[in-house]
Amino acid sequence: MRPLSYRRAAEIGEAVATVSTEPTSAFLAGGTTEVDLVRLGVARHDLLVDINDLPLADIENLPGGGLRIGALARMNDVARAAQVVEMYPGIAQALLLGASEQLRNMATMGGNLCQRVRCAYFRDNVSPCNKREPGTGCSALDGQNRGHAILGTSEHCIATHPSDVAVALVAFDAVVHTIGPSGARIIPIENFYLLPGRTPHIEHPLEHGELIVAIEVPPLPVARGSLYLKFRDRQSYEFALVSVLSALLVQDGRITEVRLALGGVGTTPWRARRAEAQLVGAPATAGSFAAAAAAELDAAVLHEHNAFKQELAQRAIVRGLDQAMVSAVHGGAR
Amino acid sequence: MSSAIGSPIDRVDGPQKVTGAARYTAEIVLPHMTYAAVVAATVASGRVAVIDTGRARGAEGVLAILTHEDLPKLAEPHLLPSLAGAAAPGQSFFPMQKDVVHYAGQPVALVVADSHERAQYAASLVEVTYERAPSITTIDEGRDAAYEAERLFGGLLPARDERGDVDTAMAEAEVRVDVAYRFAANHHNAIEPAATTAVWDDGRLTIYDSTQGIRASQLTVAQLLGMPLSDVRVITHFVGGGFGSKAMVWPHVTLAALAARHVGRPVKLSLTRQQMFTSAGHREEQEQQLAIGATRDGRLTAMHHEKLSITSPFDDWAEPATGVSSQLYACPNYRGEHRLVRGNTMTPTFTRGPGEAVGVFVLETAMDELAHELGIDPLELRVRNHAAVDGHGNPWSSDGLEECLRHGAELFGWAGRNPVPRSRRDGDWLIGTGMAAAAYPVPLFMPTQRARARLYADGSAVVQAGTQEFGTGVLTAMTQVAADGLGLPLGSVRFEAGDTDLPNVSSAVGSAGAGMISAAVHAAATALRDQLVATAVADADSPLHGADPATIEVREGRITQREYPGVGETYGELMQRNRLADAEAPGSWTPPPLDTPHGLLTFGAQFAEVAVDPEIGLVRARRMVGVFAPGRVLNPKTARSQLVGGMLWGLGQALLEGNRMDPRHGRWGATSLGEYLVPVNADAPEVTVDFVELTDTVVNPLGVKGVGEIGQVGVAAAIGNAVFHATGRRVRELPMAAELVMD
Repeated sequence: MRPLSYRRAAEIGEAVATVSTEPTSAFLAGGTTEVDLVRLGVARHDLLVDINDLPLADIENLPGGGLRIGALARMNDVARAAQVVEMYPGIAQALLLGASEQLRNMATMGGNLCQRVRCAYFRDNVSPCNKREPGTGCSALDGQNRGHAILGTSEHCIATHPSDVAVALVAFDAVVHTIGPSGARIIPIENFYLLPGRTPHIEHPLEHGELIVAIEVPPLPVARGSLYLKFRDRQSYEFALVSVLSALLVQDGRITEVRLALGGVGTTPWRARRAEAQLVGAPATAGSFAAAAAAELDAAVLHEHNAFKQELAQRAIVRGLDQAMVSAVHGGAR
Repeated sequence: MSSAIGSPIDRVDGPQKVTGAARYTAEIVLPHMTYAAVVAATVASGRVAVIDTGRARGAEGVLAILTHEDLPKLAEPHLLPSLAGAAAPGQSFFPMQKDVVHYAGQPVALVVADSHERAQYAASLVEVTYERAPSITTIDEGRDAAYEAERLFGGLLPARDERGDVDTAMAEAEVRVDVAYRFAANHHNAIEPAATTAVWDDGRLTIYDSTQGIRASQLTVAQLLGMPLSDVRVITHFVGGGFGSKAMVWPHVTLAALAARHVGRPVKLSLTRQQMFTSAGHREEQEQQLAIGATRDGRLTAMHHEKLSITSPFDDWAEPATGVSSQLYACPNYRGEHRLVRGNTMTPTFTRGPGEAVGVFVLETAMDELAHELGIDPLELRVRNHAAVDGHGNPWSSDGLEECLRHGAELFGWAGRNPVPRSRRDGDWLIGTGMAAAAYPVPLFMPTQRARARLYADGSAVVQAGTQEFGTGVLTAMTQVAADGLGLPLGSVRFEAGDTDLPNVSSAVGSAGAGMISAAVHAAATALRDQLVATAVADADSPLHGADPATIEVREGRITQREYPGVGETYGELMQRNRLADAEAPGSWTPPPLDTPHGLLTFGAQFAEVAVDPEIGLVRARRMVGVFAPGRVLNPKTARSQLVGGMLWGLGQALLEGNRMDPRHGRWGATSLGEYLVPVNADAPEVTVDFVELTDTVVNPLGVKGVGEIGQVGVAAAIGNAVFHATGRRVRELPMAAELVMD
């Protein structure tokens, strides 16, 4: 293992100052991905700044409704928080399906948002990979790409974003609060994830040394009926082939509000905006669901081994919406 | 014989394992220890043009770096299965003897440093420039150059097996099933990666090795280094699983010895999880085709079973796929063939259920198709065709297949099954059931097995054999065998293993361990008992003086006449009176000759119920039942554990496990447990295991046929057949990934 230094920060300002002044340093929170990547030699930091002592683990109700989740809140704490289960069940489900018990006790929410891709070419430290070594090419394009993305891809990278909970957060328009060398800012979560484009090595609009301090989820009645479905090769310890966050508000048989986001198929946690746009105002029927899913997936770019994901995602979306009908918030005459 | 054998005794090493007191090879700490790390080739073919070790040599803690330029020349390795009892390198090639690169992952340099982490880091600083040559790493790339193998398994087995006139019989068959299957490569993934620690002392070498055969490690290292066996000692206390990956002796073992000699200090070489994918063999990528011809009333008339697989540049290795299909069912016309493609991988190796894990999948899937075609119950079709004799006309040493099938059917609730596919649904899930026969050859090509028993005058005993515990429960089972053989209570006997200074036992592979080790232990224990009984009847002061030894038995350490249990004395009384501080006897067992006139298979039956989500393509096993006839069961608790583990292996084989080469780079796609999927607890259904009791007087003295492989064999077929029953879809590729199963 590459030698590196380790420091424990006592205050946010200290952590930000340390990392921002050391070009080859990084924050260390739960470490459940970071330590792996360090050991594999994929992450080549000279210094890790441990932020686990920072006071960022609270989960609080916001005065106007909604939730503020500290960046160091552990996945399990969030998944089991009463207000999360009640107001955003999709977040709780995504967290519980997102990792094993052990990992959930260790991994933090801020770390989860920043987790790196599982592409084997990225992690093998040998193969050409634009994300690891910009300009070397993408080995997955013509390689083993069964697990790779079909939405949001580019000629330079097709790695799937692995997070489950981020799928729920993009569906609910969460915002990411950061403190960096230039001060505090708020980043809508959809802007927090950058499409690979020509620069797959740049995944977030963060400055070096900018620290996530909290995630805020706005008040959102539709989320009370939200649902997270995850389909994967094995029952646990595995990333999604496809996952679906769905939530519906239905009035008089018509959809008045919908949230739909996908995991396992996008280079970012994928908000299905095209499908949502088609669904609003449409009758809450299987036909509408299928048409909306098809519209969303029309943009899919398929590769040799992941072509099945288009049909898989189509069916998963329809099922997700169908099951969300059961828990949907209904209004008007039924 | 008293009752220790056959009792579900708790593992004697259980407390050590659960408290962490059990020391595995990588946990052994010696004074002045150093640590070696392998630099592995990143190309699949070519040569090392330049190795720049400058940066690595400058790294902290580095003691030495060895490359092909300075590694001593070794004797040539020749592939031979370790059970045969000779040197057993996993392949006929030793790396770092020249600059040639034959496969990605091949060691090209070895770094020794004062800590594992520093050795690993320095290894990452070694800069190797390769001259790359074209490579072949998949069947598709080498298909045009495929050739028919003459012999397999290091020359031990013929690659072709033929009787009757297959082509004519096939052409005349009333019904035919003829289907091709494809299989991704498999890796073993024992929880303990391989590790070796080597120590030299005055020209003699001691190796601590994570191996399924300490004797094979000793023989192999001695042969490669040109040393007398008496100067090489191998010690192995505990092994964290092998599944075939530690059945052969791979280059890292000898590399550790060479490194230790070079630095003059003990060297520990622990392979990384990533390196385990290229350092200890694998089950080869393969294709199989099986054509069956039958009569309308379900009698097999012709079978043609072919396998095409990829091997290394230096060995004709294929797991033999036809050992069961050639003899499980009566069929007058049979042909089995193996064809090979030479590719740039290391030599593939035994992987749990070698050959038959895949061969029986093909056979039992085809039988299910035939049953469906004929409208005959799949179980009845097996019973109807099961052969009474093997392919050479010899009767089975013991059978039990029909009993396993019938008992399994009863436990599973097979009767009354609606055979129509897609006839059961539970919400989003289609439900199906399937079954398969299981069989696995009993290998008898090991040399004489030996053990030693020593009894002390206080009535306690130590029984020894040069085997090793790798999770099977052998320490426990052999304690039971020794206790019964000596007529002692379990608590008075300690079974000792894990050291080549003890009497010879071969590698525990091919399900042979329990049978051959128990034979030697039983021989030693009963020889010692007989010796002391002889002392008693010859001793004028013994209450047993003059008795016929045949009328005497020993129970709980007390020697008595069977008819007059009141007349007798304890071992201790006898020995103390005769001024014997201890008594000792060797015991040995030589297996029956290879032409022993018996069919040698272990039989079983597998049943599975699956739920299939046909839209998404996911298969989840709901319950599995396995019934086996492995002869005498030494310890039903540890045997059951092994069988349950085997059945879950079969589940993994069916649904999850597969690795594929990226032919552009000639490297495996999956090199971690995050990428190579094995089942987790959440995937494990309810598993029922039961036994059919039978007596086998041929295979070894206690009639033990072994449980290492049979639990795994047939499971994938039962699951695949259940998937067909659930969906109407026949999946002819393993693993059965979602995209193959979805509607």
